Amino acid sequence: MISFLFYVFSALALASAVMVVTRKNPVSSALFLVLTFFSLAGIYVLMDAFFLAVVQVAVYAGAIMVLFLFVIMMLNLSPDELPPFMNRKIKWAASALAIVLTGSLLFLDLSRRLPASPGGELKGEVGAIGDLIFGKFLLPFELTAVLLLMAIVAAVIMARREIQ
Amino acid sequence: MINLNAAIIVALLLFGIGTLGFLIRRNAIVVFMSVELMLNAVNLLLVTFSRIRVDLDGQVMAFFVMAVAAAEAAVGLAIIIAVFRKMRNIDLDKASLLRS
Repeated sequence: MISFLFYVFSALALASAVMVVTRKNPVSSALFLVLTFFSLAGIYVLMDAFFLAVVQVAVYAGAIMVLFLFVIMMLNLSPDELPPFMNRKIKWAASALAIVLTGSLLFLDLSRRLPASPGGELKGEVGAIGDLIFGKFLLPFELTAVLLLMAIVAAVIMARREIQ
Repeated sequence: MINLNAAIIVALLLFGIGTLGFLIRRNAIVVFMSVELMLNAVNLLLVTFSRIRVDLDGQVMAFFVMAVAAAEAAVGLAIIIAVFRKMRNIDLDKASLLRS
């Protein structure tokens, strides 16, 4: 059952990711991106990464996608103002590049066996993750707070109206 | 039980789709969405490896990636708005003000 659900969520994530990059209208791209994030959250639940699944839904599907949709609607471009895709030549070159990159990564992955798992249970619950964040990873966590503050200040400065 | 090899392949394909979107789109917002796709692919890979190694460090790392992605989205969208105010469009091929 879990294995079946994993394949369903994977197929959903990949299909909606393809839709994200091929839809011309950015609103449909954004909504398909939300679907991708939800399917990934489903995969995280199946992998017992419960905390990450919740954060994925709250931060990615919630906060970041609302930000994206907010900007899309604020710019309010009409369909003929939307930028087109790259021209045919660049499209072919880009597809070839992406296929070569993915193909070589897949080859690397398939040509070696995964290291044997030590075995045992792993539950990514809030308590276990919190112990790590506030213990072993305390310094990176505090630096993240500074980074977010910098991002807030930078966003406000970048997006404010020019004062004449 | 999940086939972890399949999870790695899904992550790689997701990264490839993100790369493709980054290269073929000229809409700045959709290019940003492609970057988010690539970040998510990396997160999936981190969670998979954390599962293989039975070690929670990978999931904490994925959590930090999410925080950085949130900061990056906020700043990036602010830049897009600033560019739109200046140029009246979000076409990346037309945003060449720095080229004198």
